[in-house]
Amino acid sequence: MAKLPTPHELMASRKDFPAGSWLDVKPEFAPGSFCYPAKVETMERLHMPHPHEWDPAAEDWNLPANWEKILCDAFEERLEKHRSLKLFMDICVRCGACADKCHFFLGTNDPKNMPVLRAELLRSLYRRDYTMLGKLLGASVGARGWDKNVVKELFYYAYQCTECRRCSLFCPYGIDTAEITAIVRELLHEVGLGTHWIMDPVKNCSFTGNHLGIQPHSFVEIVEMLADDCETITGIRPKTPFNEKGHEILFITPSGDVFADPGIYTFMGYLLLFHELDLDYTFSTYASEGGNFGSFVSFNMAKKLNAKMYAEAERLGAKWILGGECGHMWRVINQYMGTYNGPAPSCMMDVPTSPITGTRFENAASTKMVHITEFTADLIRHNKIKLDPSRNDHIITTFHDSCNPARAMGLLEEPRYILKAVCNNFVEMPENTIREQTFCCGSGSGLNTEEIMELRMRAGMPRGNALRYVQQKYDVNHMACVCAIDRATLTPLANYWAPGVTVSGLHELVGNALVMKGEQKRTMDLRQEDLPNVDPDEPEDDAEQGEE
Amino acid sequence: MIAALAMVALIGCIAWAGAAGGLAFLFSVVLPYAAVIIFVVGVIRRMVYWAKSPVPFRIPTTGGQEASLDFIKQEKWDCPCTKGQTVVRMILEVLTFRSLFRNTHAEVLLNDPVNKGPRVVYYSSKWLWVFALLFHYCFLVVFIRHFRFFMDPVPACITLIETLDGLMQVGVPRFYVSGGLLLVALLFLLTRRLVNERVRYISLLNDYFPLLLLICIVATGLCMRYFDKADIASIKVFIMGLAHLSPVSTEGLPALFVVHLTFVSVLLLYFPFSKLMHMPGIFFSPTRNVPNDTRRVRHVNPWNPPKQFFTYAEYEDEYREFMADAGLPLEKQPEKGMADDGLSLEK
Repeated sequence: MAKLPTPHELMASRKDFPAGSWLDVKPEFAPGSFCYPAKVETMERLHMPHPHEWDPAAEDWNLPANWEKILCDAFEERLEKHRSLKLFMDICVRCGACADKCHFFLGTNDPKNMPVLRAELLRSLYRRDYTMLGKLLGASVGARGWDKNVVKELFYYAYQCTECRRCSLFCPYGIDTAEITAIVRELLHEVGLGTHWIMDPVKNCSFTGNHLGIQPHSFVEIVEMLADDCETITGIRPKTPFNEKGHEILFITPSGDVFADPGIYTFMGYLLLFHELDLDYTFSTYASEGGNFGSFVSFNMAKKLNAKMYAEAERLGAKWILGGECGHMWRVINQYMGTYNGPAPSCMMDVPTSPITGTRFENAASTKMVHITEFTADLIRHNKIKLDPSRNDHIITTFHDSCNPARAMGLLEEPRYILKAVCNNFVEMPENTIREQTFCCGSGSGLNTEEIMELRMRAGMPRGNALRYVQQKYDVNHMACVCAIDRATLTPLANYWAPGVTVSGLHELVGNALVMKGEQKRTMDLRQEDLPNVDPDEPEDDAEQGEE
Repeated sequence: MIAALAMVALIGCIAWAGAAGGLAFLFSVVLPYAAVIIFVVGVIRRMVYWAKSPVPFRIPTTGGQEASLDFIKQEKWDCPCTKGQTVVRMILEVLTFRSLFRNTHAEVLLNDPVNKGPRVVYYSSKWLWVFALLFHYCFLVVFIRHFRFFMDPVPACITLIETLDGLMQVGVPRFYVSGGLLLVALLFLLTRRLVNERVRYISLLNDYFPLLLLICIVATGLCMRYFDKADIASIKVFIMGLAHLSPVSTEGLPALFVVHLTFVSVLLLYFPFSKLMHMPGIFFSPTRNVPNDTRRVRHVNPWNPPKQFFTYAEYEDEYREFMADAGLPLEKQPEKGMADDGLSLEK
């Protein structure tokens, strides 16, 4: 990775708008501005259309001979399948309300990163073939035909959009750039264009059960290690049930939580919580991925990867599924899963019900899948777990709403409810950067790859700035989130924009605060860092006495 | 911008020349009929075109807290979970432009004192909302007021609107606030398009043209009413004739009226083929017009392809040995001796 410029240099280097019309400006594939292409063998194994060698920086992308026809036909097919696409192509008035809502635009000042113009890239093609004015007047009304540079442009900007949907919140017609980006990516895949960082996890998830390609035995091994760490910290070794039939709950979380720092601490939080509740649940090594990189490829790929969840629930006879902290995973579950792969298997219960509190999760009656923060918030509300928030007193935390739970689900209060119960010091970031107006980490939708780090820092600038603001003003030193990609990407983002702020999942903090029956005195947090204000030599403290 | 201006000017000139050169019949009878027919047919056709494509997925943009646990308050209008709540959301969207009301303006400061470095600051930015709303409502009022030319006797509700609209009681004929504000709003929207760098950059002929067309419609209308003082009575006779499909002679129609009518006709002609279709389009918007209830109720995709995925059986076949070694429960135990020949992994 090239050395990054300072934040000030980064922002000062944003270019002015080009002088001429956007139709005449071609993208420059400078190193760092694009993701590496997918490998041929990956694409072949996944039966993707037209796998081929190509290099985004090269002049010729080796497109199949009839690439134009393929793309025109594919576009036509998408228009016939998605009313949204037709509508979004037709009704934009170019009011520009979306322009400065996009983190990529704010960070790059590239006009084609204004959501409206990102959509115009495709809309210009639509105009030529599907609107009277475009057919008659052509370029003068912003219509153009396909050419290879247009394909390159689509690729460039479809992978400078994280499908976060912030623009769609502000659009007076609700035009959703995520939908357009997703469809552009589908189109590009029709001529064999995809990125390595997305397709490799898709391949892994297809054939090993999770994005990281962790095979079943390794998965077990890692989780056992995390359970050992839990024991070191709490004196209690949480149970780790795998692929077991007959449990009430199947628990699925992104594999990033099993593998990557700091996600693993969130995972340890789950282990401790479930153990303390004596929850009747199991993990699955087969459905060991909550996330869905397929959703960054095509609707069908998302469906394919998602299908394992119900299939596994049915095989194991689970009554409902509990889902871990993840962003795009919940976009898929909340808005697509039932449609893709429903109805849920008949073995599942009518309405998922918490075995601890008896609360019926009516809002998940059809998909049978409950978000962990819904589950935990409900536990806390009913006083079913004992928490000692003072163990998190050394942190002053803020909360990052992930795009998808915020704008494709409406999961805003549940995590805050939990956070306030497990932390005494909670500060919100500025109001235009949280809740439904939250800013993306800048690396969502499969853009969390190293080769575009500078671009990620630019795109993450609004989030980084907001974090920096509360860090400087309120001494915030921690940011909690409910997304596995966030946990991985906010860490470098915080290091860059607000050094000194650590990032963690919500359930890591729950795990820290959770007072377990029979646990040893906690002298360190889940990261095995010493808790300040705790003297390990001091005999039994209040927390233990509270157990009686 | 220049091209749009030229086009609108050309239309105006042609209509003026036509009215003067004895072609008034063409511009004030044939064209309006053609325009209305094309408008109605065109709008319906485009709506049918949209409706022909299914809504495979429910993708509402949630603008607030979902309905989940009973102790957490749902934001019903921004994150509806029932049909009724969704209707309220749509009403707010259509009548009050709720999404646009959220608008903010972001500015990147390079040296912010708090951040000690770059910082994006967000300001409330309601001007676009104010003028967009002003434009649409004034247009509506003006549109309704025009029904006095199509109806005899004039319905009481229209007289009432006129009375309210002219409440300021200035000028002769009385000044209607709506007409004036309509022009102001349009000029704001045009100025914004020209002055704001970002909006200027994205603006196309298709953006300037309808704006200028509308400005010309309003300007010619205002001119007729306040300056030219056209003979309303004869115009009404003419329009009633049109409305009753028995057009009367175009003789004596003021040229300005012919131009006004031509502009309106062009607007109607242009409407179904342009971004003005946002009017019916908003009702189709998939991120607004459905409840956020896809976990509660299954949404069916008519073209849902068959499920194809790597099944558990295939998975176990691939990893059975390793799974057995790791002590994982299996559907089928590995065959004895298989461990030795090392299960092939490159399937």
